[in-house]
Amino acid sequence: MSENKAPIAHPRTDAESVGGAERTQLQMITRRFLRHRPAMISLVLLAVITLVAFLGPYVWTWDHLVHREIPPSVPPHADHPFGTTTAGHDVLGQLMRGTQQTLKVAFTVSVLGTVIGSLWGATAGYYGGRVDALMMRVVDVFMIVPLLVMVAAIAGSVRGGTTWYAVALIIAMFSWAQIARVVRGVVLSLREQEFVEAARAAGASPGWIIVRHLLPNAAGPIIVAATLLVAVAILLEAGMSFLNFGIQLPDISLGQMIGEARTAASTRPWLFYPPGVLLVIICLTINFIGDGLRDALDPRQTMGRR
Amino acid sequence: MSTTDHTSDEKDERAVTVAHDDVVLEVRDLSVTFPSEDGPLHAVRDVSYVVRRGEALGIVGESGSGKSVTSMAIMGLLPPNAKVSGSASVLGEEIVGLTDAQISKVRGNRIAMIFQDPLTSLNPVYTVGYQIAEAVLAHRKVTKQAAMDRALELLEIVGIPSPQQRLKQYPHELSGGMRQRVVIAIAMANEPDVIIADEPTTALDVTVQAQVLEALDRARQETGAALVLITHDLGVVAGQVERVGVMYGGRMVEMGPVEEVFYRPRMPYALGLLGSLPRMDEDRSDRLTPIMGTPPALLAMPKGCAFSPRCPMAKEICHQEEPLLLATDEHGGRVPVPVGDTTAHTAACHFSDELGESAPDDLFRTSGPQETEGDEPPAAAPKERGGGEAIVSVTNLVKNFPIHSKGLLRRRIGEVQAVSGISLDLRERETLALVGESGCGKSTTARLILQLIKQSSGEVHYMGKPLHTLSARQMRPLRRDLQLVFQDPFASLDPRMTVADIIAEPMRIHGQRGTDARKRVKDLLSLVGLNAEHSSRYPHEFSGGQRQRIGVARALALNPKVLILDEPVSALDVSIQAGVINLLEDLQEELGLSYLFVSHDLSVVRHIADRVAVMYLGKIVETGTTEQMFRSPAHPYTQALISAIPFPDPVKERTRERIIVTGDVPSPSDPPSGCRFRTRCPKFAGQLSEAERVRCVEEPPELMDRGTGHPDACHYSQVVELI
Repeated sequence: MSENKAPIAHPRTDAESVGGAERTQLQMITRRFLRHRPAMISLVLLAVITLVAFLGPYVWTWDHLVHREIPPSVPPHADHPFGTTTAGHDVLGQLMRGTQQTLKVAFTVSVLGTVIGSLWGATAGYYGGRVDALMMRVVDVFMIVPLLVMVAAIAGSVRGGTTWYAVALIIAMFSWAQIARVVRGVVLSLREQEFVEAARAAGASPGWIIVRHLLPNAAGPIIVAATLLVAVAILLEAGMSFLNFGIQLPDISLGQMIGEARTAASTRPWLFYPPGVLLVIICLTINFIGDGLRDALDPRQTMGRR
Repeated sequence: MSTTDHTSDEKDERAVTVAHDDVVLEVRDLSVTFPSEDGPLHAVRDVSYVVRRGEALGIVGESGSGKSVTSMAIMGLLPPNAKVSGSASVLGEEIVGLTDAQISKVRGNRIAMIFQDPLTSLNPVYTVGYQIAEAVLAHRKVTKQAAMDRALELLEIVGIPSPQQRLKQYPHELSGGMRQRVVIAIAMANEPDVIIADEPTTALDVTVQAQVLEALDRARQETGAALVLITHDLGVVAGQVERVGVMYGGRMVEMGPVEEVFYRPRMPYALGLLGSLPRMDEDRSDRLTPIMGTPPALLAMPKGCAFSPRCPMAKEICHQEEPLLLATDEHGGRVPVPVGDTTAHTAACHFSDELGESAPDDLFRTSGPQETEGDEPPAAAPKERGGGEAIVSVTNLVKNFPIHSKGLLRRRIGEVQAVSGISLDLRERETLALVGESGCGKSTTARLILQLIKQSSGEVHYMGKPLHTLSARQMRPLRRDLQLVFQDPFASLDPRMTVADIIAEPMRIHGQRGTDARKRVKDLLSLVGLNAEHSSRYPHEFSGGQRQRIGVARALALNPKVLILDEPVSALDVSIQAGVINLLEDLQEELGLSYLFVSHDLSVVRHIADRVAVMYLGKIVETGTTEQMFRSPAHPYTQALISAIPFPDPVKERTRERIIVTGDVPSPSDPPSGCRFRTRCPKFAGQLSEAERVRCVEEPPELMDRGTGHPDACHYSQVVELI
């Protein structure tokens, strides 16, 4: 904490030279992020979960499929540390595969939804007037459609609608609208700021202003929305799987595992709790990382108050 | 003016409370500390003063000097985490440390406060009458009807026209000046002993400021209350108060009768402040003398005297030992005076006796890293510019903003005439000032010239090329030549970009990258007097004045020919403002720039401009050289503007002739017929015959020379000498 405070605490005069090496923007952001403890812990935790989920299957004996050699309904023990299912799955194998699929869906949705939503919202907000009205009516349409019903309807009737990327695409298609609304709201107030006018006076095009000024300044709300979207995507995917429209057996996702184990929570808890707890941990870590990122990207946050 | 009735033995009893009956407010060793993650923040340190019955005390200081925090502490309005020590007593009754319930009996009753922003200090959902009556009922057991009657009476006292109707109106239906008068009415509702006014006129236009100060004066006469007037405006202080205290870095650094402090300051800071003001009443070719450096950060106070890093007189002891607030006796020794002695002139400076009669520029001109370019006086050539070709010319420019109805249809239900047909020429290497009160359309004009907004009709030419016909894309290459500097140094720099990126942005937009651009950024930073090594910092790490320099550097990045300066110094503290003005003057000299200087501050305009155009409600009412405008203003509005500017000189300020306008600027969506100024015109109201008035109502006056040597837009223009 302390090494960064020194230049601030200094009474600044124009002539005085402070601080030796120039700090690049990226270094500053990294440094501020590294200092954010919950975010760092979460990042490490999420990295471990991701690594195990993606690399684990190469190491572990069992994959997520049914094998004749696996005894059904065995509680956790040495051969199967998380037990087995009635049908004869190894739960650890399922967990790794399920986490993989869930993460892929969640991040694809988050990235796609955020990019589309931010650009859409920022464009609407920047231009205002008729353009804004038209673009936001489109958003309204996507918002009022009951999301789960649409998602289920499309996924069920499209060939290949149950692979992870199809599921991700479909969820993203119906979840960017929320972000567009948030970003538009922020941009509406940002575009009145003088620095936007300064850029216009310098000859910047609308595209330049949106990408260079409006979106970076809306980064806080965007990141919050993006992290929320990860959680939403995970839950939506789980819901879809539960309704048999998402990722289908024999492939597996965390949501699907929870759905499958819903009746077994008390009788065979090893089927229910591991995917449930993992789901919660993933959502939490992503939220903390989002917090850390938001603070790190805002140069005012940790640089002393005026 | 308070009387002197002290005997000499009283002066020795410093520790004893001054138990005069006529002391209404006594503040003793008041300190306020805010805890922060970076250590305690000493906002106010050991401030002591007394206010006598009916007396007016001014407290001046720049932002962050602790002047507002002091009064908030007295009122018990600070957040609970603030640590307040010392004492403040009203009529001998201690009020620091009281519980909220206890202090509520004092607040509004014995001691009342007027805040800066009249919009936020009134509740928008209650009528004005209700809010005044509420203040009465809070402290008096009277009927609602009696409270309402009192409210009506109060509105009359503060000079609100047709008070009966105003009682039933909501704050948003009143103008800023009216609202502030309502706030004054609330403050005087219970005939308090002290009124604390914290920057009561800062948010208002000058002509309205004059009216509000008058209302405040009347409120004092009516209630006999003492006044503590907190302001950054030395002119307001000079005209309004008997005694003045100067605050710096959380301490009171000078205090005394207003004439003493203004004419014989004993502290270099006070002297520097006076020297950095552009003045209406002095020779305008004089260069301003800014105080170098910036006010101290409260978190890291310099050791010793807080002003020592900026003080040209500072010696070893100044950096070691903090000077006490002491008076100077006839032998030049520094002696303590009792807090209650209201005639004493005290200063917190080790060398206050050496300051003598020195003028600000003797002291501050000599040194200062910001002023390196000032080492050689810029050829002392009297501004012989302005003879050049017109570089920007504007003809019959009109801008109407449509007013849309609410809801889905958004029908056009009217329009605001922001700019209604103005013509002006900006010549090469000259400074043309566009002056007017808020809402007169001067900023809109600036943006129209830059084609940031499209005109409704009219023409803008730049070096003979028409700009008004260009599309946004065609305009882009021309933006290199026409650049803009903004008022707000906080909002005009993208907080997410480093200074280097901000300054380089115009170059990047115009396809200039790489090492060239990087070198240019460094050059620009040193050109505007900033350290080039700071280019990787973010805007929030700089002070207001430095930020404004960054804004200037960005505007210069593309080597423009014309700079449009939209209130470039209005948001800055006085001591900083002078430095930026000097910078602008030097840059013009060096780079051969033409300035369109948009401002409401006539004293700054008089200092920097070659020619002036005065705007009122979207029209130019008078234009001419700076000399003509200030020496022989012909339009009543110009005259009123000039006489509304307070001089930072107590004697001149109190004795000068004034032309006061009444009321507020009418709505630009429904301007008066004929002459737009007639509704507020003192000439129309007082001097013209019925027949003459008809012409004002029916015929809009043309802007033309009526024998005064320069064009004005008044049928009955007449030169009045005001300075």
